Amino acid sequence: MPENIIERFEVKELKILDEKGNADAAILPNLSDNDLKKIFELFILSRQFDQRALQLHAEGRLGTYASILGQEASQIGSAYALEKTDWVFPSFREMGVYITLGYPIWMLFQYWTGDERGMKTPDDLSIFPVSVPVGTHMIHAVGAAFAAKIKGHKTASVAYFGDGGSSKGDFHESLNIAGVYKLPVVFICQNNQWAISLPREKQTAAKTIAQKAYSYGFEGIQVDGNDVFAVYKATKDALEKARAGKGPTLIECFTYRMADHTTADDASRYRSKEDVEKWKDKDPLLRLKLYMEKKGIWKEQYENDVKKKVIEFVDGEIKKEEAAGLPDKKDIISFTYKELSQRQIKELKLWQE
Amino acid sequence: MARINMVQAINLALRQEMDKDKDVVLIGEDVGRDGGVFRISEGLMEKFPDRVFDTPLAESGIIGTAIGMAVYGLKPVAEIQFMGFIYAGIEQLFSHASRIRSRSRGRYTCPLVVRTPYGLGIKPPELHSESTEALLCHMPGIKVVVPSSPYNAKGLLISAIRDPDPVIFLEPTRLYRLIKEEVPETDYTIPIGKAKVVQEGKDITVIAWGSMLHKVLESIEGFDAEVIDLMTLRPYDEETILNSVKKTGRVIIAQEATRNCGFAAELSAFIAEEAMLHLKAPIIRLTGLDAVIPMARLEDYYAPSKEKVIKALKKVMEY
Repeated sequence: MPENIIERFEVKELKILDEKGNADAAILPNLSDNDLKKIFELFILSRQFDQRALQLHAEGRLGTYASILGQEASQIGSAYALEKTDWVFPSFREMGVYITLGYPIWMLFQYWTGDERGMKTPDDLSIFPVSVPVGTHMIHAVGAAFAAKIKGHKTASVAYFGDGGSSKGDFHESLNIAGVYKLPVVFICQNNQWAISLPREKQTAAKTIAQKAYSYGFEGIQVDGNDVFAVYKATKDALEKARAGKGPTLIECFTYRMADHTTADDASRYRSKEDVEKWKDKDPLLRLKLYMEKKGIWKEQYENDVKKKVIEFVDGEIKKEEAAGLPDKKDIISFTYKELSQRQIKELKLWQE
Repeated sequence: MARINMVQAINLALRQEMDKDKDVVLIGEDVGRDGGVFRISEGLMEKFPDRVFDTPLAESGIIGTAIGMAVYGLKPVAEIQFMGFIYAGIEQLFSHASRIRSRSRGRYTCPLVVRTPYGLGIKPPELHSESTEALLCHMPGIKVVVPSSPYNAKGLLISAIRDPDPVIFLEPTRLYRLIKEEVPETDYTIPIGKAKVVQEGKDITVIAWGSMLHKVLESIEGFDAEVIDLMTLRPYDEETILNSVKKTGRVIIAQEATRNCGFAAELSAFIAEEAMLHLKAPIIRLTGLDAVIPMARLEDYYAPSKEKVIKALKKVMEY
């Protein structure tokens, strides 16, 4: 018997907007000038939030924080494609996603100061609290998608994770179950090239993370993660496919973590300045700006106006957070179960004595 | 009212709850077409074809999927085929199920049930007889329930399914087909968090749960012992324990599991803290050995025997 090829796969790469701000008109997603301005303003807002969080940390007013610098196109582009009814399961480096979905900024600051109240998602959003243990939350998006399918809802679920998370067993179990039951879920991997100190090539011997989807019987695509149009289009297509009952998609956003892993990290210990420099030209905001300038919808004055408004807004949100005050220590106990246990009632009494 | 065993009682509870509430779904390995390796879910896929799912072989994935389902608004009942395999899913239980309510300050909740056969009694291969309930009881945010009879298995499981928080339901494999008793067809519940005094007495309080309860009941003839079936291990019923201990002044706690950091240690410390001055004798813990659970040939030597229970009863009465 001769050897036969019984399976082949090809991995697509999607790029629409280049570093000079030129877009491929043939595949450009349908975004109005108004949409473009909104996206631009979300970039400015996300960067301002990020920068203020780092400053507040330096001043000792905010805890350990994971910067999103460089990954804004991956986060804003994908979240901009979501419907209000979709369920979102982020990891811990997705403040751009929360901001794009309209999560109250002051609550994000509240969370990062070390206050769980900041993760009490407002009722009109279906985004989940930050998930700390890497990769373990993807399966929740799978379960939610499963539930939506059982209930007959036209809802999709989205899981955000990184190149590090793709090495976990949870990644395998999540994609496998999603594939078997053809669930309406979109897996968005922000491959930012670094898992703390471990570079992408040590994370997996595979050429792309996108190709792993084919092992689970569905499509994966690699998109330029610094190209907001490519990320938006890939996510929108994947969501439409999911809602049409055609199953999951894995999107690998090829991007770069410009900052340290968190405020507790010093990336100069393990990566060179040159490596970071190379990615500065690929800045996702720069190319969006150049594109908008060519279209005549970006002018310096416009950017200055936006920035001024955003700076004031974010400062106002910080004040709002401070005005919210400290949580009640009873909260430690109150949210363990719906009802207090006999032990907890005693513990609360001890506090009152 | 029919006389049925625990397997049938659990099946009945699942069937009735699924009938009553469209949000109840079953997931797990071999729970559908095969009806589960112990036949717990026999016939349920036929009756509820859109709500019983055979999953890929992935314990962490099963519990994680159940978490996603529960937060979305379903009431999943996940089966882990044997307790030894729940270890792969501990991260999902400890890092997520237990703390979603707290992490989101009540915005999201996780009303799921994880059922799993547990304990000795069927002489299977390694890791099919585990009794590491204490490990699960250590984590705030989850509840741990152990039924000891067909009647309370049904009532407790219905409570577990209706509970707004994650419940781990440990089913003693030894008892699956050992006892038959009358189990009402009617919809009844047994509250989680409440123990039951199954035999009143005035000299000794004996606390047990699951299959050890039966070993205790077989051993107490000739002693005026008060026997408590704990039923819920987390959160456990402090009040019932204290009331009994204050009356008898003597305590034996019997568990199948290994001694070190076992659940009997928690109960023993609690009683010492709260009722030391009522005690007439040292608290006795009867436990499994400080060793991993053996395979079939040595299985019978692991857990406290009837003789050991009787010896402890005699010893505690010497004071």
